[in-house]
Amino acid sequence: MLIVTELEKTYPTKKGGFTAVRDMSFTVQEGELFSIVGPSGAGKTTLLRCIAGLDRPTSGGVYFQGREVDGPPEDFAIVFQDYARSLLPWATVGTNVELPLMKKGNTAAERNRRVTTALAEVGLSDAVDKKPFQLSGGMQQRVAIARAIAYRPKVLIMDEPFASVDAQTRADLEDLVLRVKEETGTTILFVTHDVDESVYLSNRVAMVTRSPSRIAEVVDIDLPFPRDQIATKSLPEFARLRAHVFGGIRDMVHDTTLAHA
Amino acid sequence: MTTLTTSVSTARGRAVIGAAGALTALGAWFMLSRGSENVYFPALPAILDETWEYWRTAEGLRNLGASLTTLSLGLCLGIVFGVAIGLVIGQLTFVEQAISPALEFARAIPATALIPFAMMLFGVGDNTKIFLIALGSLWPVLLNTADGARRIDPTLRDSARAFRIAGFQRQAFIVVPAVLPRILVGIRIAIPLGLILMVTSEMVGAQEGLGFVITQAQATFQLVTMWSGIVVLGVLGFSITFAYSLLERVLLRWSDPRREDA
Repeated sequence: MLIVTELEKTYPTKKGGFTAVRDMSFTVQEGELFSIVGPSGAGKTTLLRCIAGLDRPTSGGVYFQGREVDGPPEDFAIVFQDYARSLLPWATVGTNVELPLMKKGNTAAERNRRVTTALAEVGLSDAVDKKPFQLSGGMQQRVAIARAIAYRPKVLIMDEPFASVDAQTRADLEDLVLRVKEETGTTILFVTHDVDESVYLSNRVAMVTRSPSRIAEVVDIDLPFPRDQIATKSLPEFARLRAHVFGGIRDMVHDTTLAHA
Repeated sequence: MTTLTTSVSTARGRAVIGAAGALTALGAWFMLSRGSENVYFPALPAILDETWEYWRTAEGLRNLGASLTTLSLGLCLGIVFGVAIGLVIGQLTFVEQAISPALEFARAIPATALIPFAMMLFGVGDNTKIFLIALGSLWPVLLNTADGARRIDPTLRDSARAFRIAGFQRQAFIVVPAVLPRILVGIRIAIPLGLILMVTSEMVGAQEGLGFVITQAQATFQLVTMWSGIVVLGVLGFSITFAYSLLERVLLRWSDPRREDA
């Protein structure tokens, strides 16, 4: 459904070019949650920007339903890590969620209904008239998720979305993502540096190396759905997968040559 | 002394100290000019009397009205064009690169230098005044708007692109509110410029207005009337700036996290 082939991204620098991503290829299946996990500085954000159509790859390409992505596609929505700056501080929560829907074909009643449903979904029905700064960080990220849900994308891209919220909020938001996936069947591309999070959420986890980053291994996560913060994480299989991914990442940090094996 | 330093840190304390300073200055003016026989520096009560008398007559009100009308029309034109052109320049790199040098040259010309030209174009009257005020107030608004539009937060820009928010929606919901703080700074600079250009153009190119009254009174040696015009100008400038700072605070309430009631 979403195919990345031999993607390479090089940024011009004073000393020639800096290659953030090299020879990256993978395919995301419809309806799956595909995680990309790797050490910091692994070019994850670069990769994601290319997939989202915000940046153009230097070579190789991204294809969605057979068409090359050369700009942000209609069917994609993004949740950024920096919720405080991706929401409009001057607009109410309701307007923030509604704005992407203000296109031809969406009546005011339809928009209103979608905003109400999405905010109820993330548990923020009461906050519709509030401004972002009146909410906690976790609540602001919920608004960003509601904005993405209301948009009804085919692909939801999440760039380290829970990196700056506290642990309890993080667990709640992870379960929210799983619920959205189950209820809407949305394909989710999830970038994180947190191994536990990637194993807990995903159908598959791709481990990427440090820059110039490439895929070291794609791990199938055969844990049963629905997942549960306590039950799933107590499974021996969870511990095994977590150790496997964790080990892979640690090796990359200590010895980058292993990644090319 | 300690209480004095602490009171400086509170809004109320600052207001009290400011008021005390202003009253002292006023008192000094009053004492120094008391019983003045010098025609150039009349006594303060005489000036205040004249201010109260003259500027309430039909003639005084007409002059005051003429000044305020041209000032507001000129500022409005300057702001509208400044914001519109600034938004275009700030968002379209090639336009910016093409007209930046010409713009730098044009803004270096003091608006007052164009008074003769404006008088030739519009004659003696309101249009000359409006043109000059608009031209003078255009630059700070335009340059601040353009700079603000260039510096819109990259994450905000990306999120607009990712959700395909474009055209009118992008301008109205994202760009203009994001640039608003800078637009307001531009207007804050434009207001005193507008006042200066208003008085200057009234002194040379008009038949009514505050500047006209001041020069006319000077020419006919009615120095108390001249001083009363200066007092009215001071009060006017202060009131506009004060009212504007209140407006600014209301418009930027979202950006101040301390205001939980917003």
